[in-house]
Amino acid sequence: MADTPIKPVPIGAGIPPAATGTTTQAAAVRKNAPKSDYKPADVSPQRRMQRSWSVRLWSVRHSRLLEWVYARLAETFLALHPLWKAIGYGRVEAPVKFVEKRVKGFMFDCRMCGQCILSSTGMSCPMNCPKQLRNGPCGGVRANGNCEVEPDMPCVWVKAWEGSRNMVKGDAILNVQNPVDQSLRETSAWLRVTAQAAAAREQAKTSTDVGAAA
Amino acid sequence: MNAAQHRHPDENPAGAHLPLEPLPGHFSRGRLERVLRRGEFAVTTELNPPDSADPEDVYNRAKIFDGWVDGINAVDASGANCHMSSVGICALLTRMGYAPIMQIACRDRNRIAIQGDVLGAAAMGVANILCLTGDGVQAGDQPGAKPVFDLDSMSLLETIRVMRDNGKFLSGRKLTTPPQVFLGAAVNPFAPPFDFRPIHLGKKIAAGAQFVQTQYCFDVPMFRDFMQRARDLGLTDKVFILCGVGPLASARTAKWIRSNVPGIHIPDAVIRRLEGAQDQKAEGKRLCIDIIDEVKEISGVSGVHVMAYRQEEYVAEIVDESGVLRGRRPWKREARADDALVAERLEHILGEDVTEKQVDMVRSAH
Repeated sequence: MADTPIKPVPIGAGIPPAATGTTTQAAAVRKNAPKSDYKPADVSPQRRMQRSWSVRLWSVRHSRLLEWVYARLAETFLALHPLWKAIGYGRVEAPVKFVEKRVKGFMFDCRMCGQCILSSTGMSCPMNCPKQLRNGPCGGVRANGNCEVEPDMPCVWVKAWEGSRNMVKGDAILNVQNPVDQSLRETSAWLRVTAQAAAAREQAKTSTDVGAAA
Repeated sequence: MNAAQHRHPDENPAGAHLPLEPLPGHFSRGRLERVLRRGEFAVTTELNPPDSADPEDVYNRAKIFDGWVDGINAVDASGANCHMSSVGICALLTRMGYAPIMQIACRDRNRIAIQGDVLGAAAMGVANILCLTGDGVQAGDQPGAKPVFDLDSMSLLETIRVMRDNGKFLSGRKLTTPPQVFLGAAVNPFAPPFDFRPIHLGKKIAAGAQFVQTQYCFDVPMFRDFMQRARDLGLTDKVFILCGVGPLASARTAKWIRSNVPGIHIPDAVIRRLEGAQDQKAEGKRLCIDIIDEVKEISGVSGVHVMAYRQEEYVAEIVDESGVLRGRRPWKREARADDALVAERLEHILGEDVTEKQVDMVRSAH
Protein backbone atom coordinates (compact mmCIF):
# COMPACT_ATOMS: atom_id res chain seq x y z
CA MET A 1 0.00 0.00 0.00
CA ALA A 2 2.62 2.42 1.15
CA ASP A 3 4.90 1.61 -1.74
CA THR A 4 2.36 2.61 -4.36
CA PRO A 5 4.07 5.62 -5.86
CA ILE A 6 2.01 8.79 -6.08
CA LYS A 7 1.88 9.36 -9.78
CA PRO A 8 2.63 12.91 -10.85
CA VAL A 9 -0.44 14.23 -12.59
CA PRO A 10 0.17 16.22 -15.75
CA ILE A 11 -0.80 19.83 -15.50
CA GLY A 12 -4.32 20.43 -16.61
CA ALA A 13 -5.41 16.85 -16.02
CA GLY A 14 -8.56 16.43 -14.01
CA ILE A 15 -9.81 19.90 -14.83
CA PRO A 16 -13.37 19.62 -16.08
CA PRO A 17 -14.02 21.05 -19.53
CA ALA A 18 -14.03 24.82 -19.45
CA ALA A 19 -17.35 26.59 -19.15
CA THR A 20 -17.18 27.45 -22.80
CA GLY A 21 -19.68 29.53 -24.64
CA THR A 22 -22.80 30.36 -22.76
CA THR A 23 -23.08 28.42 -19.51
CA THR A 24 -21.88 28.98 -16.01
CA GLN A 25 -21.44 26.32 -13.40
CA ALA A 26 -24.49 27.77 -11.66
CA ALA A 27 -26.57 27.57 -14.83
CA ALA A 28 -25.55 23.94 -15.29
CA VAL A 29 -26.59 23.12 -11.74
CA ARG A 30 -29.91 24.87 -12.21
CA LYS A 31 -30.53 23.04 -15.47
CA ASN A 32 -29.94 19.68 -13.85
CA ALA A 33 -32.27 20.41 -10.94
CA PRO A 34 -35.41 18.28 -10.79
CA LYS A 35 -38.25 19.77 -12.78
CA SER A 36 -41.62 20.68 -11.28
CA ASP A 37 -44.52 22.94 -12.10
CA TYR A 38 -43.94 25.29 -9.19
CA LYS A 39 -40.90 27.42 -9.93
CA PRO A 40 -40.35 30.27 -7.52
CA ALA A 41 -38.88 33.38 -9.07
CA ASP A 42 -35.18 33.06 -9.58
CA VAL A 43 -34.17 35.56 -6.91
CA SER A 44 -32.65 35.29 -3.48
CA PRO A 45 -34.93 34.57 -0.51
CA GLN A 46 -34.06 37.96 0.90
CA ARG A 47 -35.41 39.63 -2.19
CA ARG A 48 -38.64 37.63 -2.03
CA MET A 49 -39.48 39.12 1.34
CA GLN A 50 -39.26 42.57 -0.14
CA ARG A 51 -41.69 44.91 -1.85
CA SER A 52 -40.62 47.23 -4.62
CA TRP A 53 -37.85 49.63 -3.81
CA SER A 54 -39.42 52.86 -5.06
CA VAL A 55 -39.95 54.24 -1.54
CA ARG A 56 -36.41 53.32 -0.59
CA LEU A 57 -35.06 55.17 -3.63
CA TRP A 58 -37.25 58.19 -2.76
CA SER A 59 -35.64 58.24 0.68
CA VAL A 60 -32.17 58.24 -0.85
CA ARG A 61 -33.12 61.10 -3.17
CA HIS A 62 -34.37 63.07 -0.16
CA SER A 63 -31.52 62.10 2.11
CA ARG A 64 -30.85 65.69 3.13
CA LEU A 65 -34.44 66.22 4.28
CA LEU A 66 -34.45 62.92 6.13
CA GLU A 67 -31.14 63.77 7.77
CA TRP A 68 -32.76 66.94 9.14
CA VAL A 69 -35.88 65.05 10.23
CA TYR A 70 -33.82 62.41 11.98
CA ALA A 71 -31.74 65.04 13.78
CA ARG A 72 -34.98 66.56 15.19
CA LEU A 73 -36.25 63.09 16.12
CA ALA A 74 -33.02 62.29 17.92
CA GLU A 75 -33.23 65.60 19.82
CA THR A 76 -36.81 64.86 20.86
CA PHE A 77 -35.92 61.36 21.99
CA LEU A 78 -32.98 62.71 23.97
CA ALA A 79 -35.20 65.36 25.56
CA LEU A 80 -37.59 62.59 26.55
CA HIS A 81 -34.78 60.61 28.16
CA PRO A 82 -36.05 61.29 31.72
CA LEU A 83 -39.45 59.97 30.66
CA TRP A 84 -37.98 56.81 29.09
CA LYS A 85 -35.92 56.33 32.19
CA ALA A 86 -38.92 56.83 34.46
CA ILE A 87 -41.01 54.28 32.58
CA GLY A 88 -37.99 52.06 32.09
CA TYR A 89 -36.21 51.53 28.75
CA GLY A 90 -37.05 47.85 28.89
CA ARG A 91 -40.77 48.53 29.17
CA VAL A 92 -40.85 51.23 26.51
CA GLU A 93 -38.89 49.18 24.01
CA ALA A 94 -41.80 47.14 22.66
CA PRO A 95 -44.00 50.08 21.56
CA VAL A 96 -41.05 52.11 20.27
CA LYS A 97 -39.80 49.14 18.31
CA PHE A 98 -43.29 48.60 16.91
CA VAL A 99 -43.31 52.13 15.50
CA GLU A 100 -39.65 52.16 14.47
CA LYS A 101 -39.91 48.87 12.61
CA ARG A 102 -42.92 50.04 10.58
CA VAL A 103 -41.69 53.56 9.87
CA LYS A 104 -38.18 52.51 8.88
CA GLY A 105 -39.48 49.42 7.16
CA PHE A 106 -41.68 51.57 4.94
CA MET A 107 -39.09 54.28 4.30
CA PHE A 108 -35.88 52.27 3.96
CA ASP A 109 -36.85 48.57 3.84
CA CYS A 110 -35.29 48.37 7.29
CA ARG A 111 -34.12 44.91 8.37
CA MET A 112 -34.02 45.72 12.09
CA CYS A 113 -30.35 45.03 12.56
CA GLY A 114 -30.68 47.14 15.69
CA GLN A 115 -27.60 49.26 14.96
CA CYS A 116 -28.79 51.75 12.42
CA ILE A 117 -26.13 53.45 10.30
CA LEU A 118 -28.44 55.15 7.78
CA SER A 119 -26.81 58.50 8.54
CA SER A 120 -23.46 57.08 7.42
CA THR A 121 -24.82 55.42 4.30
CA GLY A 122 -26.71 58.19 2.55
CA MET A 123 -30.06 56.92 3.90
CA SER A 124 -29.68 53.70 1.88
CA CYS A 125 -30.02 50.74 4.24
CA PRO A 126 -26.94 48.52 3.78
CA MET A 127 -28.77 45.49 5.14
CA ASN A 128 -30.67 45.40 1.83
CA CYS A 129 -27.41 44.49 0.11
CA PRO A 130 -27.54 40.72 -0.51
CA LYS A 131 -24.07 40.53 1.02
CA GLN A 132 -25.07 42.96 3.78
CA LEU A 133 -21.97 45.03 3.17
CA ARG A 134 -21.71 47.93 5.58
CA ASN A 135 -18.52 49.52 4.29
CA GLY A 136 -18.93 50.06 0.60
CA PRO A 137 -19.83 48.30 -2.62
CA CYS A 138 -18.41 44.94 -3.64
CA GLY A 139 -16.52 44.56 -6.90
CA GLY A 140 -19.46 43.02 -8.71
CA VAL A 141 -21.56 46.12 -9.35
CA ARG A 142 -22.89 45.95 -12.90
CA ALA A 143 -22.03 48.59 -15.46
CA ASN A 144 -25.57 50.02 -15.17
CA GLY A 145 -25.16 50.38 -11.41
CA ASN A 146 -27.30 47.38 -10.54
CA CYS A 147 -26.60 44.60 -8.09
CA GLU A 148 -24.59 41.52 -9.06
CA VAL A 149 -26.91 39.18 -7.15
CA GLU A 150 -30.23 40.86 -8.03
CA PRO A 151 -29.72 42.11 -11.57
CA ASP A 152 -32.85 44.31 -11.51
CA MET A 153 -32.11 46.02 -8.20
CA PRO A 154 -30.02 49.19 -8.07
CA CYS A 155 -26.87 48.61 -6.00
CA VAL A 156 -27.50 49.73 -2.43
CA TRP A 157 -24.05 51.27 -2.27
CA VAL A 158 -24.27 53.14 -5.56
CA LYS A 159 -27.39 54.74 -4.08
CA ALA A 160 -25.68 55.23 -0.72
CA TRP A 161 -22.90 57.19 -2.37
CA GLU A 162 -25.42 59.37 -4.25
CA GLY A 163 -27.44 59.94 -1.10
CA SER A 164 -24.42 60.79 1.00
CA ARG A 165 -23.43 63.51 -1.48
CA ASN A 166 -26.69 65.33 -0.71
CA MET A 167 -26.25 65.22 3.03
CA VAL A 168 -24.64 67.80 5.30
CA LYS A 169 -22.72 65.14 7.20
CA GLY A 170 -22.45 62.83 4.21
CA ASP A 171 -18.74 62.24 4.76
CA ALA A 172 -19.68 59.87 7.56
CA ILE A 173 -19.68 57.33 4.73
CA LEU A 174 -15.87 57.34 5.03
CA ASN A 175 -15.94 55.81 8.51
CA VAL A 176 -15.04 52.14 8.77
CA GLN A 177 -18.02 50.37 10.33
CA ASN A 178 -17.73 47.52 12.80
CA PRO A 179 -19.19 44.15 11.92
CA VAL A 180 -22.87 43.72 12.72
CA ASP A 181 -23.56 42.63 16.27
CA GLN A 182 -26.09 39.90 15.60
CA SER A 183 -27.18 39.91 19.22
CA LEU A 184 -28.78 43.32 18.68
CA ARG A 185 -31.16 42.14 15.97
CA GLU A 186 -34.79 43.16 16.38
CA THR A 187 -34.03 45.80 18.98
CA SER A 188 -34.68 49.52 18.81
CA ALA A 189 -31.76 51.50 17.44
CA TRP A 190 -33.49 54.77 18.34
CA LEU A 191 -33.61 53.92 22.03
CA ARG A 192 -30.04 52.64 22.06
CA VAL A 193 -28.73 55.82 20.44
CA THR A 194 -30.77 57.91 22.88
CA ALA A 195 -29.50 56.05 25.93
CA GLN A 196 -25.93 56.30 24.69
CA ALA A 197 -26.24 60.01 23.94
CA ALA A 198 -27.74 60.59 27.39
CA ALA A 199 -24.88 58.68 29.02
CA ALA A 200 -22.33 60.67 27.03
CA ARG A 201 -24.05 63.93 28.01
CA GLU A 202 -24.04 62.89 31.65
CA GLN A 203 -20.38 61.99 31.54
CA ALA A 204 -19.47 65.25 29.84
CA LYS A 205 -21.39 67.12 32.55
CA THR A 206 -19.70 65.29 35.43
CA SER A 207 -16.25 65.73 33.90
CA THR A 208 -16.82 69.51 33.48
CA ASP A 209 -18.19 69.62 37.03
CA VAL A 210 -15.07 67.89 38.27
CA GLY A 211 -12.99 70.25 36.15
CA ALA A 212 -14.82 73.30 37.58
CA ALA A 213 -14.46 71.98 41.14
CA ALA A 214 -10.77 71.40 40.61
CA MET B 1 29.91 26.11 -5.60
CA ASN B 2 29.34 27.75 -2.26
CA ALA B 3 25.90 27.05 -0.80
CA ALA B 4 25.53 30.63 0.43
CA GLN B 5 26.17 32.02 -3.05
CA HIS B 6 23.65 29.66 -4.51
CA ARG B 7 20.87 30.65 -2.17
CA HIS B 8 18.20 33.18 -3.06
CA PRO B 9 18.42 36.28 -0.82
CA ASP B 10 14.80 35.79 0.28
CA GLU B 11 15.24 32.30 1.61
CA ASN B 12 15.85 31.18 5.14
CA PRO B 13 19.29 29.50 5.22
CA ALA B 14 17.92 26.88 7.62
CA GLY B 15 15.29 25.77 5.11
CA ALA B 16 13.10 27.25 2.41
CA HIS B 17 9.91 26.44 4.31
CA LEU B 18 10.89 28.53 7.33
CA PRO B 19 9.90 32.18 7.87
CA LEU B 20 12.45 34.81 6.93
CA GLU B 21 14.40 36.93 9.38
CA PRO B 22 12.20 39.76 10.65
CA LEU B 23 13.20 43.09 9.13
CA PRO B 24 12.50 46.51 10.63
CA GLY B 25 9.37 48.12 9.19
CA HIS B 26 8.10 44.77 7.97
CA PHE B 27 4.89 43.28 9.29
CA SER B 28 5.36 39.76 8.00
CA ARG B 29 8.22 37.37 7.55
CA GLY B 30 7.33 36.59 3.97
CA ARG B 31 8.91 37.14 0.61
CA LEU B 32 6.23 39.25 -1.02
CA GLU B 33 6.46 42.07 1.50
CA ARG B 34 10.24 42.14 1.14
CA VAL B 35 10.05 42.38 -2.64
CA LEU B 36 7.50 45.19 -2.49
CA ARG B 37 9.29 47.15 0.23
CA ARG B 38 12.56 46.93 -1.70
CA GLY B 39 10.74 48.78 -4.47
CA GLU B 40 10.90 45.93 -6.92
CA PHE B 41 8.12 45.34 -9.40
CA ALA B 42 6.25 42.40 -7.96
CA VAL B 43 4.42 39.67 -9.85
CA THR B 44 1.72 37.56 -8.28
CA THR B 45 -0.54 34.97 -9.79
CA GLU B 46 -3.43 32.72 -8.96
CA LEU B 47 -3.41 28.98 -8.47
CA ASN B 48 -6.30 27.08 -9.98
CA PRO B 49 -7.49 25.09 -6.94
CA PRO B 50 -7.88 21.35 -7.59
CA ASP B 51 -11.09 19.40 -6.96
CA SER B 52 -9.11 16.65 -5.36
CA ALA B 53 -7.48 15.52 -2.15
CA ASP B 54 -4.13 14.83 -3.77
CA PRO B 55 -1.33 17.15 -2.67
CA GLU B 56 0.51 16.47 -5.91
CA ASP B 57 -2.27 18.28 -7.77
CA VAL B 58 -1.42 21.43 -5.84
CA TYR B 59 2.33 21.05 -6.28
CA ASN B 60 2.01 20.40 -10.00
CA ARG B 61 -0.14 23.45 -10.45
CA ALA B 62 2.30 25.58 -8.46
CA LYS B 63 5.34 24.24 -10.27
CA ILE B 64 4.55 26.00 -13.54
CA PHE B 65 5.01 29.38 -11.80
CA ASP B 66 8.44 28.44 -10.42
CA GLY B 67 10.91 31.26 -10.72
CA TRP B 68 8.44 33.70 -12.27
CA VAL B 69 6.23 34.98 -9.47
CA ASP B 70 6.64 36.46 -5.99
CA GLY B 71 3.35 35.24 -4.61
CA ILE B 72 0.64 32.73 -5.42
CA ASN B 73 -2.97 33.45 -4.52
CA ALA B 74 -4.75 30.50 -2.96
CA VAL B 75 -8.35 31.27 -3.82
CA ASP B 76 -11.16 30.66 -1.35
CA ALA B 77 -13.90 29.00 -3.41
CA SER B 78 -13.80 31.71 -6.05
CA GLY B 79 -17.05 32.28 -7.83
CA ALA B 80 -18.69 30.37 -4.97
CA ASN B 81 -17.59 27.11 -6.59
CA CYS B 82 -16.37 24.45 -4.23
CA HIS B 83 -12.67 23.51 -4.47
CA MET B 84 -9.82 22.61 -2.13
CA SER B 85 -9.80 25.20 0.64
CA SER B 86 -7.36 28.08 0.64
CA VAL B 87 -6.07 27.04 4.07
CA GLY B 88 -5.29 23.58 2.74
CA ILE B 89 -3.54 24.87 -0.35
CA CYS B 90 -1.52 27.29 1.76
CA ALA B 91 -0.52 24.55 4.17
CA LEU B 92 0.84 22.52 1.27
CA LEU B 93 2.55 25.43 -0.43
CA THR B 94 4.30 26.77 2.67
CA ARG B 95 5.78 23.33 3.31
CA MET B 96 7.61 23.65 0.02
CA GLY B 97 8.71 27.21 0.64
CA TYR B 98 6.28 28.95 -1.69
CA ALA B 99 4.88 32.34 -0.71
CA PRO B 100 1.12 31.87 -0.87
CA ILE B 101 -1.33 34.73 -0.51
CA MET B 102 -4.23 33.23 1.39
CA GLN B 103 -7.56 34.59 0.28
CA ILE B 104 -10.33 34.73 2.83
CA ALA B 105 -13.86 35.25 1.56
CA CYS B 106 -16.55 36.30 4.01
CA ARG B 107 -19.19 34.28 2.22
CA ASP B 108 -18.59 30.93 3.86
CA ARG B 109 -17.38 31.46 7.39
CA ASN B 110 -18.31 33.59 10.35
CA ARG B 111 -15.96 35.65 12.49
CA ILE B 112 -15.22 32.77 14.87
CA ALA B 113 -14.06 30.46 12.08
CA ILE B 114 -12.14 33.18 10.25
CA GLN B 115 -10.12 34.32 13.24
CA GLY B 116 -9.22 30.72 14.00
CA ASP B 117 -8.13 30.18 10.41
CA VAL B 118 -5.96 33.28 10.51
CA LEU B 119 -4.08 31.92 13.51
CA GLY B 120 -3.78 28.48 11.97
CA ALA B 121 -2.56 29.85 8.67
CA ALA B 122 -0.02 32.14 10.30
CA ALA B 123 1.26 29.20 12.34
CA MET B 124 1.79 27.26 9.12
CA GLY B 125 3.89 30.07 7.72
CA VAL B 126 1.34 31.98 5.67
CA ALA B 127 2.68 35.52 5.50
CA ASN B 128 0.11 37.18 3.24
CA ILE B 129 -3.64 37.31 3.61
CA LEU B 130 -6.02 38.83 1.09
CA CYS B 131 -9.37 39.89 2.51
CA LEU B 132 -12.34 39.55 0.20
CA THR B 133 -16.08 39.81 0.50
CA GLY B 134 -16.61 36.93 -1.91
CA ASP B 135 -19.12 36.28 -4.66
CA GLY B 136 -22.71 35.54 -3.80
CA VAL B 137 -23.66 31.86 -3.46
CA GLN B 138 -26.00 32.19 -6.45
CA ALA B 139 -22.96 32.44 -8.73
CA GLY B 140 -21.58 29.05 -7.85
CA ASP B 141 -22.32 25.37 -8.15
CA GLN B 142 -24.20 25.19 -4.84
CA PRO B 143 -26.72 28.03 -4.92
CA GLY B 144 -28.67 26.46 -2.06
CA ALA B 145 -25.87 27.18 0.41
CA LYS B 146 -26.39 29.67 3.21
CA PRO B 147 -24.59 32.91 2.48
CA VAL B 148 -22.78 33.88 5.67
CA PHE B 149 -21.29 37.36 5.10
CA ASP B 150 -20.85 37.80 8.82
CA LEU B 151 -17.97 40.21 8.24
CA ASP B 152 -17.33 42.24 5.11
CA SER B 153 -13.94 42.73 3.49
CA MET B 154 -13.42 45.96 5.43
CA SER B 155 -14.24 44.61 8.87
CA LEU B 156 -12.24 41.48 8.04
CA LEU B 157 -9.20 43.65 7.31
CA GLU B 158 -9.69 45.48 10.56
CA THR B 159 -10.18 42.27 12.51
CA ILE B 160 -6.90 40.79 11.28
CA ARG B 161 -5.07 44.09 11.70
CA VAL B 162 -6.19 44.27 15.32
CA MET B 163 -5.16 40.65 15.84
CA ARG B 164 -1.71 41.42 14.44
CA ASP B 165 -1.02 44.88 15.85
CA ASN B 166 -2.89 44.76 19.15
CA GLY B 167 -2.61 41.03 19.73
CA LYS B 168 -6.32 40.67 20.39
CA PHE B 169 -9.33 38.87 19.04
CA LEU B 170 -12.34 40.90 17.95
CA SER B 171 -13.76 40.20 21.38
CA GLY B 172 -10.74 41.76 23.07
CA ARG B 173 -9.35 38.45 24.35
CA LYS B 174 -5.57 38.42 24.20
CA LEU B 175 -3.43 36.35 21.86
CA THR B 176 -0.19 34.93 23.16
CA THR B 177 1.49 35.15 19.75
CA PRO B 178 -0.14 37.45 17.22
CA PRO B 179 -0.15 36.44 13.53
CA GLN B 180 2.52 38.24 11.52
CA VAL B 181 0.82 38.80 8.21
CA PHE B 182 0.99 41.23 5.33
CA LEU B 183 -2.57 42.32 4.67
CA GLY B 184 -4.11 42.68 1.28
CA ALA B 185 -7.43 43.66 -0.22
CA ALA B 186 -9.05 43.74 -3.61
CA VAL B 187 -10.25 46.81 -5.46
CA ASN B 188 -12.28 47.12 -8.61
CA PRO B 189 -11.69 50.46 -10.33
CA PHE B 190 -13.85 49.32 -13.24
CA ALA B 191 -17.27 49.15 -11.58
CA PRO B 192 -19.60 51.94 -10.47
CA PRO B 193 -19.76 54.12 -8.40
CA PHE B 194 -16.54 55.32 -10.05
CA ASP B 195 -15.98 58.44 -7.99
CA PHE B 196 -16.37 56.45 -4.77
CA ARG B 197 -13.87 53.74 -5.73
CA PRO B 198 -10.66 55.65 -4.85
CA ILE B 199 -12.23 56.75 -1.56
CA HIS B 200 -13.25 53.17 -0.94
CA LEU B 201 -9.60 52.20 -1.41
CA GLY B 202 -8.70 54.84 1.18
CA LYS B 203 -11.19 53.23 3.54
CA LYS B 204 -9.61 49.82 2.99
CA ILE B 205 -6.19 51.29 3.77
CA ALA B 206 -7.59 52.80 6.95
CA ALA B 207 -8.96 49.38 7.84
CA GLY B 208 -5.55 47.75 7.37
CA ALA B 209 -4.82 47.02 3.71
CA GLN B 210 -1.11 47.16 2.88
CA PHE B 211 -1.33 45.86 -0.67
CA VAL B 212 -4.21 45.63 -3.07
CA GLN B 213 -4.82 43.55 -6.17
CA THR B 214 -7.21 45.00 -8.71
CA GLN B 215 -9.83 43.32 -10.82
CA TYR B 216 -8.81 42.47 -14.42
CA CYS B 217 -7.66 45.62 -16.17
CA PHE B 218 -8.61 45.76 -19.85
CA ASP B 219 -9.27 49.50 -19.94
CA VAL B 220 -5.98 51.25 -19.25
CA PRO B 221 -7.28 54.85 -19.52
CA MET B 222 -9.91 54.05 -16.89
CA PHE B 223 -7.25 52.56 -14.64
CA ARG B 224 -5.03 55.58 -15.21
CA ASP B 225 -7.85 57.88 -14.04
CA PHE B 226 -8.32 55.75 -10.96
CA MET B 227 -4.60 55.90 -10.18
CA GLN B 228 -4.59 59.65 -10.70
CA ARG B 229 -7.37 60.01 -8.14
CA ALA B 230 -5.58 57.62 -5.78
CA ARG B 231 -2.39 59.66 -6.08
CA ASP B 232 -4.31 62.89 -5.47
CA LEU B 233 -5.69 61.38 -2.28
CA GLY B 234 -2.14 60.38 -1.28
CA LEU B 235 -3.06 56.70 -1.22
CA THR B 236 -0.24 55.37 -3.37
CA ASP B 237 2.28 56.14 -0.62
CA LYS B 238 0.36 54.02 1.85
CA VAL B 239 -0.38 50.93 -0.18
CA PHE B 240 1.21 48.75 -2.83
CA ILE B 241 -1.09 48.48 -5.84
CA LEU B 242 -0.85 45.39 -8.01
CA CYS B 243 -2.78 45.73 -11.23
CA GLY B 244 -4.78 42.65 -12.22
CA VAL B 245 -4.13 41.46 -15.76
CA GLY B 246 -4.72 38.30 -17.69
CA PRO B 247 -4.91 36.77 -21.15
CA LEU B 248 -8.27 36.36 -22.86
CA ALA B 249 -8.57 33.04 -24.66
CA SER B 250 -10.72 34.35 -27.52
CA ALA B 251 -13.16 37.07 -28.52
CA ARG B 252 -16.01 34.68 -27.70
CA THR B 253 -14.70 34.18 -24.16
CA ALA B 254 -14.29 37.91 -23.78
CA LYS B 255 -17.89 38.54 -24.79
CA TRP B 256 -19.08 35.80 -22.51
CA ILE B 257 -17.14 37.20 -19.56
CA ARG B 258 -18.46 40.66 -20.28
CA SER B 259 -22.08 39.59 -20.19
CA ASN B 260 -21.86 36.93 -17.48
CA VAL B 261 -19.25 37.96 -14.94
CA PRO B 262 -20.32 41.13 -13.15
CA GLY B 263 -17.50 43.51 -12.30
CA ILE B 264 -15.24 42.75 -15.26
CA HIS B 265 -15.20 45.57 -17.76
CA ILE B 266 -13.99 44.76 -21.29
CA PRO B 267 -14.13 47.63 -23.80
CA ASP B 268 -15.30 47.04 -27.37
CA ALA B 269 -11.85 47.87 -28.72
CA VAL B 270 -10.40 44.84 -26.96
CA ILE B 271 -13.01 42.52 -28.45
CA ARG B 272 -12.50 44.01 -31.91
CA ARG B 273 -8.76 43.49 -31.61
CA LEU B 274 -9.26 39.83 -30.67
CA GLU B 275 -11.80 39.27 -33.43
CA GLY B 276 -9.46 40.69 -36.03
CA ALA B 277 -6.60 38.41 -35.05
CA GLN B 278 -5.58 35.24 -36.87
CA ASP B 279 -4.70 33.38 -33.71
CA GLN B 280 -7.00 34.74 -31.02
CA LYS B 281 -5.30 32.93 -28.17
CA ALA B 282 -1.88 34.35 -29.10
CA GLU B 283 -3.45 37.77 -29.56
CA GLY B 284 -5.02 37.51 -26.09
CA LYS B 285 -1.59 36.90 -24.66
CA ARG B 286 -0.11 39.73 -26.71
CA LEU B 287 -2.87 42.04 -25.47
CA CYS B 288 -2.10 41.09 -21.88
CA ILE B 289 1.58 41.90 -22.40
CA ASP B 290 0.68 45.24 -24.01
CA ILE B 291 -1.51 46.13 -21.03
CA ILE B 292 1.30 45.21 -18.63
CA ASP B 293 3.66 47.44 -20.62
CA GLU B 294 1.27 50.34 -20.18
CA VAL B 295 0.31 49.88 -16.54
CA LYS B 296 3.85 49.32 -15.32
CA GLU B 297 4.66 52.89 -16.36
CA ILE B 298 1.79 54.37 -14.31
CA SER B 299 3.16 55.98 -11.20
CA GLY B 300 2.01 54.21 -8.06
CA VAL B 301 1.72 50.76 -9.60
CA SER B 302 3.95 48.37 -7.64
CA GLY B 303 3.34 45.20 -9.56
CA VAL B 304 0.99 43.05 -11.54
CA HIS B 305 -1.32 40.24 -10.54
CA VAL B 306 -1.50 37.83 -13.47
CA MET B 307 -4.73 35.84 -13.49
CA ALA B 308 -4.66 33.25 -16.24
CA TYR B 309 -7.49 30.92 -15.31
CA ARG B 310 -7.02 27.63 -17.16
CA GLN B 311 -4.17 29.19 -19.11
CA GLU B 312 -1.71 29.04 -16.22
CA GLU B 313 1.03 27.80 -18.52
CA TYR B 314 1.06 31.27 -20.12
CA VAL B 315 1.98 33.09 -16.91
CA ALA B 316 5.70 32.44 -17.26
CA GLU B 317 5.68 33.51 -20.92
CA ILE B 318 3.72 36.67 -20.15
CA VAL B 319 6.04 37.64 -17.32
CA ASP B 320 9.11 36.82 -19.41
CA GLU B 321 8.03 38.59 -22.59
CA SER B 322 6.76 41.69 -20.81
CA GLY B 323 10.12 42.02 -19.08
CA VAL B 324 8.57 43.34 -15.86
CA LEU B 325 11.10 41.54 -13.72
CA ARG B 326 13.96 43.50 -15.32
CA GLY B 327 16.29 40.55 -15.05
CA ARG B 328 15.33 39.75 -11.46
CA ARG B 329 14.68 36.09 -10.69
CA PRO B 330 11.98 35.48 -8.08
CA TRP B 331 12.52 32.69 -5.60
CA LYS B 332 12.42 29.17 -6.90
CA ARG B 333 12.71 25.97 -4.98
CA GLU B 334 16.17 24.65 -5.67
CA ALA B 335 18.12 21.88 -4.06
CA ARG B 336 20.86 23.21 -1.80
CA ALA B 337 24.36 22.72 -3.18
CA ASP B 338 25.24 19.88 -0.83
CA ASP B 339 21.92 18.11 -1.46
CA ALA B 340 22.40 18.51 -5.18
CA LEU B 341 25.84 16.90 -4.89
CA VAL B 342 24.40 13.93 -3.00
CA ALA B 343 21.60 13.56 -5.56
CA GLU B 344 24.03 13.65 -8.43
CA ARG B 345 26.30 11.10 -6.79
CA LEU B 346 23.34 8.85 -6.03
CA GLU B 347 22.15 9.04 -9.59
CA HIS B 348 25.61 8.12 -10.73
CA ILE B 349 25.67 5.10 -8.45
CA LEU B 350 22.11 3.93 -9.18
CA GLY B 351 21.72 4.95 -12.78
CA GLU B 352 25.03 4.03 -14.30
CA ASP B 353 25.69 0.43 -13.71
CA VAL B 354 29.24 0.66 -12.47
CA THR B 355 30.90 -1.08 -9.61
CA GLU B 356 33.68 1.01 -8.24
CA LYS B 357 36.40 -0.68 -6.32
CA GLN B 358 38.26 1.19 -3.63
CA VAL B 359 41.44 0.66 -5.58
CA ASP B 360 40.00 2.43 -8.62
CA MET B 361 38.65 5.24 -6.50
CA VAL B 362 42.03 5.85 -4.95
CA ARG B 363 43.63 5.74 -8.35
CA SER B 364 41.15 8.19 -9.90
CA ALA B 365 41.50 10.53 -6.95
CA HIS B 366 45.23 10.92 -7.60
